Formats: sequence, C-alpha cells, structure tokens
Amino acid sequence: MNETLRRFLFLPDQASTFASQVDHLHYFVILTTFVMSTAVGLTAILFFILYRRRSETQTTPHIEPAPLLEAAFVIVPLSFFLLWWVIGYRTSIELATPPADAMDVYVQGKKWMWKFAYPGGPNAVNVLRVPSGRPVRLLMTSRDVIHSFYVPEFRVKQDVIPGRYSQIWFNATAPGRYQILCAEYCGAGHSIMRGEVIVLKAEEYEDWVSAQHRGLATKQDGPPTALDFAPPLGNLVDQGRRLAQEQGCVKCHSVDGSQHIGPTWLDLYGRREKLSDGRIITVDEGYITESMMDPFAKIVDGFKPVMPSFANKLAGPEVAAIVEYIKSLQSDAVRTGPSEGPAYAPVRGR
Amino acid sequence: MRQSEEDREKLGAPPAHESYLTDGTTVMSWLNTRDHKRVGVMFLVAVVFFLFLGGVFALAIRMKLLYPGPFLFDALTYNRLFTLHGVTMIFLFMIPAIPSAFGNFVLPLMIGARDVAFPRLNLASFYVYLAGAVLAVWAMVHGGADTGWTFYTPYSTTTPTMLFPLLLGVFIIGFSSIMTGINFIVTVHTLRAPGIGWMRVPLFVWGIYATSVIQVLATPVLGLTVLLVALERVLGFGIFDPARGGDPVLFQHFFWFYSHPAVYIMVLPAMGVISECVATFSRKNPFGYKAIAFSSLGIAFVGFFTWGHHLFVAGQSVFDNGVFGVLSMFVGIFTAVKVFNWVGTMYRGAISFKTPFAYICGFLFFLVFGGMTGVALATVALDVHWHDTYFVVAHFHFIMVGAVIMGFLAALHYWFPKMFGRTYHEGWGLVAASLIILGFNATFIPQFLLGNNGMPRRYYQYPEHFQALNVASTAGATLLGFGFIIIFIYLVIALRWGPRCEQNPWRSKGFEWLTPSPPPTHNFDKIPHITQDPHDYRTHAPSGVYTDV
Repeated sequence: MNETLRRFLFLPDQASTFASQVDHLHYFVILTTFVMSTAVGLTAILFFILYRRRSETQTTPHIEPAPLLEAAFVIVPLSFFLLWWVIGYRTSIELATPPADAMDVYVQGKKWMWKFAYPGGPNAVNVLRVPSGRPVRLLMTSRDVIHSFYVPEFRVKQDVIPGRYSQIWFNATAPGRYQILCAEYCGAGHSIMRGEVIVLKAEEYEDWVSAQHRGLATKQDGPPTALDFAPPLGNLVDQGRRLAQEQGCVKCHSVDGSQHIGPTWLDLYGRREKLSDGRIITVDEGYITESMMDPFAKIVDGFKPVMPSFANKLAGPEVAAIVEYIKSLQSDAVRTGPSEGPAYAPVRGR
Repeated sequence: MRQSEEDREKLGAPPAHESYLTDGTTVMSWLNTRDHKRVGVMFLVAVVFFLFLGGVFALAIRMKLLYPGPFLFDALTYNRLFTLHGVTMIFLFMIPAIPSAFGNFVLPLMIGARDVAFPRLNLASFYVYLAGAVLAVWAMVHGGADTGWTFYTPYSTTTPTMLFPLLLGVFIIGFSSIMTGINFIVTVHTLRAPGIGWMRVPLFVWGIYATSVIQVLATPVLGLTVLLVALERVLGFGIFDPARGGDPVLFQHFFWFYSHPAVYIMVLPAMGVISECVATFSRKNPFGYKAIAFSSLGIAFVGFFTWGHHLFVAGQSVFDNGVFGVLSMFVGIFTAVKVFNWVGTMYRGAISFKTPFAYICGFLFFLVFGGMTGVALATVALDVHWHDTYFVVAHFHFIMVGAVIMGFLAALHYWFPKMFGRTYHEGWGLVAASLIILGFNATFIPQFLLGNNGMPRRYYQYPEHFQALNVASTAGATLLGFGFIIIFIYLVIALRWGPRCEQNPWRSKGFEWLTPSPPPTHNFDKIPHITQDPHDYRTHAPSGVYTDV
C-alpha cells in the first residue's frame, strides 16, 4: 500500500526516519483532497443533469439553507483541517528537535556550493558523508545570500541564512547516495548548486573518519577550491583557539573561569544566563553566533555593552570554529562536546 | 428585444439613449473620460495586453524546460524571464484584472449609481497604473532584474542587475491599487440606489468591497517594503542585509504581510463573479447569501494573519509555525462555505450550460483542489518537503490561473453583451473553455507530481529524472495558449461583427441588467428603486422600478 501510493504520487524513496511518517500524512491529506474535489465536481454535474433549464422563462423556488446545514459546511471541513494540523504539527516539532546524541556537522552554503565541516575532523565540498542509523544535526549558515538545504529522500529542508545559524536533523535509514538540492533561489547557479549525501554503514563511516585523521585521504571531495592549497588547519577546535587569539576575543573573555570584561568562556556552552532585561536564556550555538554578529542583542546581566560586532570580520567556518572551541571549554572533563539536553531546545524568536 | 422593450414601457422608462460607446468617438474623448465604464474598458484593454505578455514569458519558460540541460537561452535569461512572468502576471494583470476592469464597469451599475464616487480619481488610477506598468516593464527588459517577483533579500540587495526602476514601478502601481480601493469603498457606502440595503448588495459588490479593504490596508506595507529595499540598494541602509547589520528574514515578514493578502485581492473578485454567474445561469437565488457575503469579509480579515506560512522553513520559531498554520486553515473554511453555497445555488435551479457556466465548473474544481492543497501546505510537516518546490508552483497556479482566470473569463463572457451590446459565438466559446480547462489541468497536475518528486522551483537546469513530467506540463501549456488565442479571435470578431443583443440576453435578475446594454453614459436616466433581493427568480417582475429622483 505504502509503496503503491508512493509511486502513484511520484514521491522519492524513503531514506530517513521522517520519510514514511510524513508520507503517511501526505496520503491521508491528498486522498481527502481528491475525494472532496471530485465530490464537489460530481455534485455540480448531477445538479446540472437534474435541473436543466426547461424553458427560457422558468421560475425557481426561493431556497435558503437551514442554519444546521451552514454549520455542517463549517464543521465538517474544519474537523478534517484540524486533524491534519494536529498530526502535521506534532511531526514538525519532532523535525525541529534534534535528539541529544546527534552528531554535528557544520554546513556553509555559498554561491553555488555546499561546504561541510566535521567538528573533530575533515572538511568537504559538496559531499556530506554520514553514518546510517544515527541522528545527524546540521548547523548551517550562508556566506552570501539565502540558500535552502533540501534532500528529497529525507523529506527535510531548511533555509540557510547569512548571519544566522539554522539547524536541521535527520536519521538516514538506508545507505546510498542522495542528491542535495538548493531550494531557495540564489542566482544564476541556483539550479546547479547540488551536492550529495553519502550514507555509509556505521563501520564504513568510522573507517572513513579514521582514514581522514591518519591523513591518508588529504584530498577533498568535489572540485578543488582555493582552500585546497592552503596549509592544513587542524580540527575546528584548534582553528577556533587560534582565531580567538588572532581576533582578540581572549582579551576580554577568559578561558579559565576568571571574571573579566566579558563573560568567561569556561563552561559557557549550555549555561543558563540571566540577561540585562531579566530574561533567562540557555547558551547554545545560536546565541554564541548572534553575540558575535550582533553583540548588543542579548547582554548578559552585569556586563556592559562594549563588544564590537564581528559580522564582517569572520567567515562562516571561522564562526563555526570559534563556537566549537567555546564548546570544548568545559571544566568537567567528562562533559565534552555537545551533549546536554536543554541546549538543543529550539531558540524562540530568532 | 421585444420583451425588454415591453418591460421598459411598463416601468415608464424613457427610450434607449445613446450608449457610452457612441458618446464621443475621438481618442481624446476616451483618454480624458471620467466615465467609469470607459475607464473600465481601458483597464480591460491594458490587462489583456499584460496577460498576453505574461503568457508569452510563461511559454518561453516552459519551452526551455523541455530539456534538462541548457537549451534555447542561458540561465540569466531564464531567471529574468520568470521574474518578468511573475511581476507582469501579479502586479500588472492579476491585481487590477477583475476589480479595475469589471469592477469599474459593473459595480456602479449594480448598485444603481451614475458613476463611482470620485470619477477623476478613477481616471488618475488608470494613468498611475499605466505609468507604473510601463516603468516596470521597461525596467525589467532594459535592466534585466533577476530576483523573481518576491525580491528576497539579501539577493535583491546585492544582485548587480538594475532593480531600482522596477521597485519604483511596483511602488507606483500600488498607489493605483489604493486609489481604486478607496473609490469603491466610498461608492458602495454612499451611492447605493434606494432599496439597496446592505443585505441586498449584489455578491460581486461584496467581493469587490472586501478586496478594496485589503487593497487600502495592505498595499502601503508593500510600498514601504520595496522602498526600504531601494534605499538599501541606493543609499546602503542596513535594514535587510546581514552584512550591514540587517535581517533578511524581516524582509520576508514585510513582503508576505502584503503579498499573502494580495492573493485574496486577486481571488475575492473572482469569487464575486462566480457568485453572480452561478445565480444567473442556475436562475436561482444565491443559496446562503449572507454566508457568501460575510465569508468574503472573513477571508479579507483572516488573510492578514496568515503570512507566516511562507516562512515555515525560514527559521521561524516552531510556535509561530503552528499558529500561522492553524490560522491559514480558517481561510480554507471560509472558502469551503462559499463552495458549498455555490453548489447549493444550483440545487433545484434551472441550469443553462452557457460558456460562463463552463468556467464556473472549471473554477469550482480548481478552487477546491487548489484550496485544499493550500491547506495541506499549511500542515507544517508536509510543507517541509513541498516548500519551494513545483508543488507550491502548481498550488498557487491552481488558485491564480485556475480560479482567478476562470473568474476573469467567466466575467468577460458574462458581461461582454453588457459592455459592448453584442454577442459572441457560443460554440467557439464552449470549445475554447474546454480547451483551457483541459490544457490547464495538463499543465499543472504534472507540476504537483514534480513537486512531490522533489523538483525545486526556479530551476534552469534540472536532474534528468524530472524530464517526463516537464514535457507533459509544456504540452499542456501549449493547449492553454491555443485556448486563449481562440478566445481572442472570436471576441475581436464579436466586437466588430457580432450580432447586436437585447438589453438582458441572459434574462438575469442582477441589478446591472436594469439598464440598456451597452448602458448610456450616465447609466440610468432615472435611478431605479430596487424592490427585490438580487437574483430573485420566483417571478418575472423586474427587480426595480424607476422613480423620479
């Protein structure tokens, strides 16, 4: 049944945990739509057959609908619509809430390519390798205009916006190769801004990662870019540490917990901070990025609004590197990397 | 002919006067007219020209999409073509099409007025529209804007193509829209003939009235938004470009705050046309008059609170997604109420299958299918897959081409005798209607499937597995094009050589048929006193008597 309907509606293969869930709602909604529009059409035809004009001067009775009938006109479609909405909204909350054990990959869109950076390891252009059966969270930003990350087989899509980090997650179920398409119009190369997700079996993925670490595979995927000829940068945390020195971040932010001009970075990630306007927020990737781009948007209580904006000074991967560096600064040695629950709560109002 | 003459004598009306068409035949008498009917006809000529232009761009796009790789022209030209297509169809054709052309012509007739409340403002509205339209088309052809009609930032603030004159053109056209809106609101409030209480106002007038409210309230927001984009481009303001501290998503909120209600600016008048035509061709009173009238106002109101459903994957909060999703569904409810009441109007009527009725059938199918796919798109999780794919393209073409053009063509055929006093060839009318409805389905049903299959919109090149459906869609578009050409030919023939018709060829009891067709310059020698509800087919008695006012 699932397979027949999927083919009938031209839906792509179902390659993530969302796909079949979304498709089942799709079948329900589209079949109702078919039935309703056909029913309206058939009723019109039936009335035409039954009530053809018999003479040019024919008169007709004056008919007003009963209030109960008008109420039915509202209640019947409304109950269908609300049912769809409830199911669809629940699924969408799931789509917006990555599980705590998700693996992170940073994504940068630019005209007209996708760049991927793994926190502990390699970079790649246009080819994203992920293990199957494990949730993957993508932290995405754009370097120029708005793009949109879309993998039809996963039924996921999210706009990639300059100056912001947006996130998306999926759990790929079937090893294989799937096309990444850009879904937000971004200029002359919009239609060829394509990439590929390669879903590997878990052990193949581990092999690939360790091969990258051993330096056996230094060549990047995809066509060579200027970055290929730059000296090796080390992993994101190392890059972030060096950038924090170069950009002067550590002049105001300590990394050992001591008080200074700005909040300390030690244990910053995942901390609940009180803002100057009384709100309480949880520090996550979004907040850290926002504070670099627009420092006065959310000032932590007790600090002065003195930080300059880094909006034009840092490129996407550099922001990612600094975020990863901050995330690595945890006093509890066991708590490394992104792991604590509340940090993933969707950030409201951003 | 005989019967209507008798009617007129019974009513004590003076004999037929010189029609508005023969009252001055010089070019200046048209260009300098203050007659709402002539302004309406000039708008009609203009919008038909822009429909033709937009259609040519659409066909060029469809021809390119026959092949997945580069074909006919390059990517930049393709991007300019879909911008031209979108801007022309939406701002130059669809928004003024029914309100400014048919609304202008029949609204005063329907409420028994001699003209609109502000005839000079009405003429000004036409020239402002024309100036904006000429500027916009010149700007697109000369400057090659490639942003799409949505002007999303920061693409629109950074693209090297010339955008400023186009934005200025859209800004200017907005004023025309506001002028027309104000004019209609005041006309409906102040110039109704005796006997036309609010619950006797024809349903087309209700549709236009609701549209005018949206035009007056929403259009300023569009004007300000395009002005901000222009300022950002010209003076380097940092409103939307994050590189200058702006927020690109803010633009999307502003833009859709106008452009979503704009969909109802386009579709409400079409719904009004259908309400009139269903009653006339079924010879039945509108089933649930109040439900149809108030649902127009309901759509106008709720339409202002649904814009966020364009931002489900743009990083809007999950909470906002849910709220905008459920609010969008209320538009669906109001529309459903209308649909059921139109079908109810046919019940126990006396249906005559004339060309406008064929368009009613097409309209009902397209509106229900297009509307329900709209509700499906408001179901957040489903939108994630469909967003920015051909599914969305097919959905809004079902509403805008399906419903709005069906309404436009129904209006054109229904009021053609009223406007020009001649009739067209009914057989060709039905042939063209079937061709258009068939061609339309063949064009856009494959696009729904393309969207399901995952093809994003605005794609110059596409992966090869999308080709079959694209070819099907192009074939359908060609049929659609032939349909329009046939209509154009037989209507132009009818205009010149069509047989003259009597005052009320459809034997409709809509109030606009109380004057001769074509009407004299001042519509009514004596203002009719309306004594019946619109479309009361229980008796043959005319719905109004002439008084000495």
